[in-house]
Amino acid sequence: MSDPAPSPPVPSEAEREELRRHGILLTSMEELYNWGRSHSVWPLQFGLACCAIEMIAASMARFDIARFGSEVFRPSPRQADLLIVSGTVTKKMAPSVVRLWNQMPEPKYCIAMGACAISGGPFKQGYNVLKGIDRFVPVDIYIPGCPPRPEALLHGLMQLQEKIRGQAISGPGAPRHLQAATACDYPVPEFGEHDLVPPKNPAVWQPPVLVRKEGA
Amino acid sequence: MNPHPFAFLAMFAAVAVAFPLALLAVARLWFRFFQPAKPGAVKNAIYECGVPSTGDSWIQFKAHYYLYAILFLVFDVEVLFLLPFAVAFRAMPAGAMLAMLAFILLLAEGLVWAWHRGHLEWK
Repeated sequence: MSDPAPSPPVPSEAEREELRRHGILLTSMEELYNWGRSHSVWPLQFGLACCAIEMIAASMARFDIARFGSEVFRPSPRQADLLIVSGTVTKKMAPSVVRLWNQMPEPKYCIAMGACAISGGPFKQGYNVLKGIDRFVPVDIYIPGCPPRPEALLHGLMQLQEKIRGQAISGPGAPRHLQAATACDYPVPEFGEHDLVPPKNPAVWQPPVLVRKEGA
Repeated sequence: MNPHPFAFLAMFAAVAVAFPLALLAVARLWFRFFQPAKPGAVKNAIYECGVPSTGDSWIQFKAHYYLYAILFLVFDVEVLFLLPFAVAFRAMPAGAMLAMLAFILLLAEGLVWAWHRGHLEWK
C-alpha cells in the first residue's frame, strides 16, 4: 500500500513513430501547445521601408507565407503575435514601434528584418537613425540583407517556429510570458532634443565592451 | 417514441452555446494555471496605433448624423414606391392615385418639418 506507483513508461521516439504508423498519436500538452502557436504566428501589418515591400511580396501568391500559417497580417497590435521590424527605424519612429510592441499581447516575438532594423544599416552614421531596434525590443530572429529576399523572411519565420516549438511550458526554461515574475513592460523612449531619451533599454541591450588583453 | 421534428434545432442550439463556452473555459483554465496576466499602462491604452492615446474612452460624440439617415429614408422610401407607381400609372384607378398622393404628402411633410427646424444645415 505504501509502495509508490511505478512511473508510467515513456515511449521512445521509435515507438511513437511505430504507433503513429498505426494511427495512434502520442503527444504532450507542451508539444500540442507549441505546435498550435508555431503554426499561427500572426504578424503585425506594419511596414517601415523597402524591406516592407519584400514582406508584402512574401505574403503574396508567389512566395505565399500562408503555407506557414502567417498570412493573417493583423492591423491591430492587440491581435498580433509577431512584430516584423521591416526597415529603417528613425528616431522619430522608434517610440511608435516600441509602443506598438508594448501593446501586443503575450506571447509575442520580434523579427528584425534587414540591415537597418538590425544595426541602422547604410544609415548607421546618420544622426536620425536608430542603430538597431534591439536597443529597445528583444529581438528573436535577425534576418540580414538589404533588403532580404522573401525567401530569407520565410527562412526567418521557419527559424522562429523552430524556436517556439522548443520552448518549455513551465520551469526556468519557459518563455517570459509563462513566468509570473518576469515583467513584460518595455519603457517607451521619447524623441528628445539630441537623441532618444533614454537612448537604449539597458535591460534588453548593453553596448559591447572592449577588453584589452594585458601585454598585447 | 419518435423525437419531435424540430428536436434537432434544440440540439443545434445546445451545441452552439456549449462549444464557445467550452473554448472560453479552456482559455480561462489555461490563464489560471499556466499563463499569468501581464497588463501594462501602454498595453491597456484605449487606442492602439503607436501614437499615445489621449483622454478617456467614455467621451460624448455628436450624434447629429442620425437625422440625415432618417431624412435619407424619406427619399429612399419615396423612390421605392414611386417607381412601381410610375410603371403601373395608366392602369390604376383614381383611388390609388389619391392614396399615393397622400403617401407622398406624408413623406414631404417630414422633409418640410426638418427643413423648417433647420436640420438640413450642418452645425
